Amino acid sequence: MDDVKVRLLQALEQNHRITTKALATMLNLPEKEVKGMIKELEDVKVILGYITLIDWEKTGNNDNVTAIIDVKVTPQRDVGFDIIAERICRFPEVKSVYLMSGGYDLSVMIEGTSMKQVAFFVAEKLATLENVQSTATHFVLKKYKQDGIIFDEDQKDRRLVISP
Amino acid sequence: MKKSMEELPYSGIRKFFDLASGMRGVISLGVGEPDFVTPWHIREASVYSLEKGYTNYTSNCGLEELRREICRYLFRKFQLEYDYSREIIVTVGASEAIDIALRCVLEPGDEVIIPEPCFVSYKPCTVMAGGVPKSIFTREADHFKLRPEDLEKAITPRSKVLLMCYPNNPTGAVMIGKELQAIAQVVERYDLLVISDEIYSELTYEGEHVSFASLPGMKERTVLVNGFSKSFAMTGWRIGYTAAPEDITAAMLKIHQYTIMCAPIMGQMAAIEALKNGEGEIKRMAGQYDQRRNLIVNGLNQIGLPCFEPRGAFYAFPSIKLTGMSSQEFCEKLLKEEKVAVVPGDAFGESGEGYVRCSYAASVEQITEALNRMEKFVERHVKKRKTVYAVR
Repeated sequence: MDDVKVRLLQALEQNHRITTKALATMLNLPEKEVKGMIKELEDVKVILGYITLIDWEKTGNNDNVTAIIDVKVTPQRDVGFDIIAERICRFPEVKSVYLMSGGYDLSVMIEGTSMKQVAFFVAEKLATLENVQSTATHFVLKKYKQDGIIFDEDQKDRRLVISP
Repeated sequence: MKKSMEELPYSGIRKFFDLASGMRGVISLGVGEPDFVTPWHIREASVYSLEKGYTNYTSNCGLEELRREICRYLFRKFQLEYDYSREIIVTVGASEAIDIALRCVLEPGDEVIIPEPCFVSYKPCTVMAGGVPKSIFTREADHFKLRPEDLEKAITPRSKVLLMCYPNNPTGAVMIGKELQAIAQVVERYDLLVISDEIYSELTYEGEHVSFASLPGMKERTVLVNGFSKSFAMTGWRIGYTAAPEDITAAMLKIHQYTIMCAPIMGQMAAIEALKNGEGEIKRMAGQYDQRRNLIVNGLNQIGLPCFEPRGAFYAFPSIKLTGMSSQEFCEKLLKEEKVAVVPGDAFGESGEGYVRCSYAASVEQITEALNRMEKFVERHVKKRKTVYAVR
């Protein structure tokens, strides 16, 4: 991929709310070209979506719990882990699925309304899937940093208002 | 108090600083330092050194490991070969470096040629060292570069030093190899010493920075000044350095030794980490500045404050002549009416009158909002002015 596209993606990754006009100016390109590139990158699914990172804790009406499940799987002939991973992805409770190296195979992140609900989901839906050998559930107690952003970071500008 | 001290003016920024620092809700494009904090790996290295108990003096000229790293860096970047043991001093910021360089070469009455607009300390430091500052006004039409013919015209029998800074604060001007070469010829012909402040060398956006010392025959007559403040976002650490011929280094070291002793060790430990592993962070930050540069230069031109394209540092230097105001007046009114702080150009010398310095070491959101406010301001005042003319 050419350098301009990479810079465009980096800028969008940081802040997708930036206007295409500002983006075009920053990258020194015509706005039309930037729009075209974004469209193209969306079409080929390099850009998969635009997500907002929210600290739901602060809203006061969030009782959701998050858990990370280590899943051991028996890989299948020809397709390896892909088919089972795709099946797990389809559950809306599942937020992310990664194939891992090391002691287990899939790392599955699940969000539910209570610990009980998550536990039942694992016991009834996940563990019972064919090819799943075992699961280990770890509940998330507190989030400190996600996607490169530190929750509650003090970002005060400590510089003097004017300096030479 | 001695008379010359009473006569020495405060920095032109000071008055404006007092005005701005009392106000709330100000967007500042008036800051001469990165908006990034020092990269974590550098801070962490310093914390680790404190935990290990590195709290002592270092040798006067700085930690040997740091001086070795500085030499490797200068070679890697500019193909400059310096001897870490005889030609490098680690200083308390580039500011100290400029001071000791001037103090160790000037006899009373010696002239220091300074292209303007320039950093606020050059002229006062020259005066304090017993020298006489001689300004050369650079022009927007020349993109604020120093022209060899102007340099030649400024030379008198008392001329001793050329003190210059490219990439430049406050204009953002850079000089490319060919242009520096022409300056070097004049320098050689008139046997000048050059103090080359290259603190913004890493913030060069088109092409590579050329160090003045790397030009043929110039290393022997150059005090190269650089540091960590701008490139590594390490302003508060106060670590800079000089790279200079052995005899000048020895003389500078005497002043440094008796007045400073040594630069703080925690900053020196951080600087070692910066040079060893900081290249990626430099690139990342410079990339960000470059995008903001496009944003601000384009924006300023669009709102009617013509601005030449700065190719270095993190400043835009638009002309405000169309508003009919002086730089001071423009900045005061802009601050009071729209709460945007920029620095009056005349704070950087007489030749900066008619311009203001806008730092783009600020977030994209801040720059965008500041431009919006400035647009309203310009519209209001330029329109008003036009009406006045019409009535007349």
